Amino acid sequence: MYEQIAANRRKTILLIVGAIVLLGAVGYVLGLWYGSGPAGLVGAVALALVLSLGSFFGGDRLVLASTRAREVTTQDQPRLHNIVEGLSIAAGIPKPRVYVIPEQAPNAFATGRNPEHASVAVTEGLLSTMNRVELEGVIGHELAHVVDRDILVGTVVATLVGAVILISEFFMRSWWWGGVRGRRGGDRGGGGIEAIIFAVGLVLLILAPIIAQIVRLAVSRQREFLADAQGALLTRYPPGLASALRKIGAASGIPMRSANNATAHLWLNQPSRIQGEGMGPLEKLFSTHPPIEERIRRLEEM
Amino acid sequence: MPLWLWIVVGLVALLVVSGILIYNRLVKLRARVNNGWSQIDVQLRRRYDLIPNLVKTVQGYATHERELFENVTEARSRAIDANAVPDQAQAENQITRGIRQLFAVAENYPDLKANENFLALQEELTGTESKIAFARQFYNDQVMLLNTLIGSFPSNVVAKTFRFEPREFFDIEEPVRAPSEVEFPR
Repeated sequence: MYEQIAANRRKTILLIVGAIVLLGAVGYVLGLWYGSGPAGLVGAVALALVLSLGSFFGGDRLVLASTRAREVTTQDQPRLHNIVEGLSIAAGIPKPRVYVIPEQAPNAFATGRNPEHASVAVTEGLLSTMNRVELEGVIGHELAHVVDRDILVGTVVATLVGAVILISEFFMRSWWWGGVRGRRGGDRGGGGIEAIIFAVGLVLLILAPIIAQIVRLAVSRQREFLADAQGALLTRYPPGLASALRKIGAASGIPMRSANNATAHLWLNQPSRIQGEGMGPLEKLFSTHPPIEERIRRLEEM
Repeated sequence: MPLWLWIVVGLVALLVVSGILIYNRLVKLRARVNNGWSQIDVQLRRRYDLIPNLVKTVQGYATHERELFENVTEARSRAIDANAVPDQAQAENQITRGIRQLFAVAENYPDLKANENFLALQEELTGTESKIAFARQFYNDQVMLLNTLIGSFPSNVVAKTFRFEPREFFDIEEPVRAPSEVEFPR
């Protein structure tokens, strides 16, 4: 367990350094075009530093806001609060803050940078479909992520990937609209800027799948099996989580509006975006979670 | 300095460093055991506070269960007064059984089961019972780690030198966690 915590700290540092190098390179190229490489480099590194620090200290709030989660009090959700508090005692960590997400698909995630600054969020669908034992199984899994600092890696990844996606979309769109306008405007100037934006967009477009791959490596699917096992160790009752996963698998057709590529790896089970659609072979290859049947099978063998 | 002296100095340094590491681990575990115990204490106190409320609520509907009420109330005061760990564990078991009986009795009174106050108390007590169980689990895990470290070589040398004592396990009954348990409508 302590090795895992150390490994996750290393991963986070690696990710942040990676983001700084990547953005620095892009900034340097951009700067060269404008005539001053070093200036571009400094600007981009500064931006990367702000992004990294932001994701370290404020990533959890960003992730929670992007899922429209709201904090609930003990009076609102006594059962949920009791379960979170009980399992935190079992895990020997302070009680995380508790959030509810207005979504009908049963799912949950944990975020934060350490057990002292952690949050657990569950969907309304989870609260309405699970009984106490199943809810304990789910919360146990999430608290295992908190104890192992998976939440730190996961949150930093979510924020950085979100930023990269945002920037690449920005460049691609501005190139697209700029291109259209350029064609309409005939032989007016500005071709140089268009070329730059096109180049940057292209670079980011090529980088996006590589970054997705890094995300997959950083947030390995193996971690989910480990969290399942550790969660079961907390509740001392593996059938609880197994039964919860079965229910979640049965409800996998319900889409989630707030699901996106940047946060997919954080959830208890990979959220689906399209109503009633199963996973294709390509989605399986790039999925952030192991198949739910496999997780259930392993829990039943414990 | 001759070579052998370097080796001796190195060995002594190694001994001192590992001694410090073992000592720190012992201190940390002792703190966790104490913390675990105070967690149990917090939850048990919470339960003591809830019992008079529960008895009063049930009494309003089920007037014939005088013996059961007295049993639970008596076990509560015994648990509060207990000094030794085994005594307290025994009284706590009696409370757990009493509360379970109270809830079973409540099944016969539809009015009581529909009472909002009673439902809130039931969630509070179920939550507290499971928190007691989790706190006990954490405490016993830490006691086991501490006792193992105190008992095994070479840490037992450090433990003996600095007078670390093995601690007692807290043995109380597990709460029932079968699917046959009543499921509450939300």
